[in-house]
Amino acid sequence: MFTLKDKYAIAGVGETAYTKNSGTPVLNLAVEACLKAAEDAGVDVKDIDGLISYNFGDSVPAIAVATALGIPHAGYAVDFAGGGNAANLITLSAAAAIESGLAKNVLCFRAMNGRSGFRLGGGREMQARGITQYTAPFGWITYPQAMAMWARRHMIKYGTNAEQLGHIAVTFRDNASLNERAMQRTPITMDDYMASRFIVEPFRMLDICLESDGACAVLVTGADRAKDMKHKPVYIMGGAYGGGPDQGEDLFDAIRWPDHSRNYAAYIADDLWKSAGVGPQDVDVAEIYDCFTYSIIMQLEGFGFVKEGEGGPFCASGAIARDGSLPLNTHGGLLSEAYIHGFNHVLEAVRQLRGDCGPRQIEGAEIALTTAGAMTCGSAMVLRN
Amino acid sequence: MNEFTKPIPVPDADSAPFWDGTRAHKLLIQRCTNCGTLRFPARKSCGHCHSDASDWTEVSGKGRVYSWIVVNHPVPREVYGQEVPYVVALIDLDEGVRMVSNIIGCDVHAVTAEMPVEVVFEAGQGGMVLPKFKPQA
Ligand SMILES: [Zn+2]
Repeated sequence: MFTLKDKYAIAGVGETAYTKNSGTPVLNLAVEACLKAAEDAGVDVKDIDGLISYNFGDSVPAIAVATALGIPHAGYAVDFAGGGNAANLITLSAAAAIESGLAKNVLCFRAMNGRSGFRLGGGREMQARGITQYTAPFGWITYPQAMAMWARRHMIKYGTNAEQLGHIAVTFRDNASLNERAMQRTPITMDDYMASRFIVEPFRMLDICLESDGACAVLVTGADRAKDMKHKPVYIMGGAYGGGPDQGEDLFDAIRWPDHSRNYAAYIADDLWKSAGVGPQDVDVAEIYDCFTYSIIMQLEGFGFVKEGEGGPFCASGAIARDGSLPLNTHGGLLSEAYIHGFNHVLEAVRQLRGDCGPRQIEGAEIALTTAGAMTCGSAMVLRN
Repeated sequence: MNEFTKPIPVPDADSAPFWDGTRAHKLLIQRCTNCGTLRFPARKSCGHCHSDASDWTEVSGKGRVYSWIVVNHPVPREVYGQEVPYVVALIDLDEGVRMVSNIIGCDVHAVTAEMPVEVVFEAGQGGMVLPKFKPQA
């Protein structure tokens, strides 16, 4: 269990514009976001000694960014093999690296040309090797297909329905309409949602996140150091990473997963809340991984905000709106702001806790949850101001 | 690479008997001869007891639909554009292992939860034979 409660903080955040075509290599995106995060914290880039990223799909190695930034001694430059599941893992790992003495000021970043470069699910391999020999020949290839399979199981088990998914899409787009960074800001109605075409039933176009180019970075440092920096620190209270049994060979492979109506969240919730010393009832705002509308439901249930099977009605009740009991994805989420593999959730949580969110600010937000992952493994983190 | 085909299964040291089986129109599943646990996908050792001892057993090919999707927008379009809409399902075989396959032989919207299905063998690309499933007669 993560045992570094309040010892480390996020002292700076930075990001590029989110676009469909950045027109520049991923390395440049990473450098821009990292420079902005260091500047936001007021830390000289020469004092950065750790960089961490994760690399599924389009990416750039941490060591390349360290080189481009001209860091004289990057003692800890690490790339995790992972997708969206790793967004909080890298931030938690920064705290662990500092605790161990491997580094003092660590930049965590995610950079990708996810639309103009390598598009997830765009695979055209003619030969299906390894685990894909049992899946790809049947036309089971993309992430929307995989998550639709999970969503269907939840519908079978609990009666979760399209209107409930629609409320998630409509709510997040409404939030995005107040976010100048969001790629999709035009409000949508339930009728718009129901009229959007099926991509892979039960998912419509508006159930599926954006494909985006862009980069995000945060600077993690010791709580004592953070107090002397430019902004009020946002402390890492607790966190967890993991999954359950039979996760499979990769993020897509869930053939043997025991129950496709509950995901990683159910397996890491206890560690998450114990490490932070708070519970779901204490969360003021949550930025929950929404590669698809439906992934919200499994995580709300798994992290204990509602009982299993109650996620759909909860989302349809209005509880997840800015004026609801649990405001979710205040920036618009991966569905409407951008898909920077979940890392943009961390930046929004920090900004909410700083009170920097303007018209979409949740008044009095003191404790935030960020989550990352949708299927068999994932990570989550509790932050406070 | 200018020509697109459906992905072709590439048998490896562990999976070769499975694909040899489908070519003979048999659904063979690996079985631990130490503890009896069936395992799919095929592996060198048993995740239950870690024994390397195994053989292959022909299963009934009967099972039930655990979950399913209907693919309308295919990727890659060059390969699956002529196929849509098609059904991919997770199928729980009666013997206790779960597979990914297609449901064929019925309307794509006729698939239901727990629907009983049975295996049929269909010639695929590259001389491979794929186990697919249709509603039980
Ligand atoms: Zn065994």
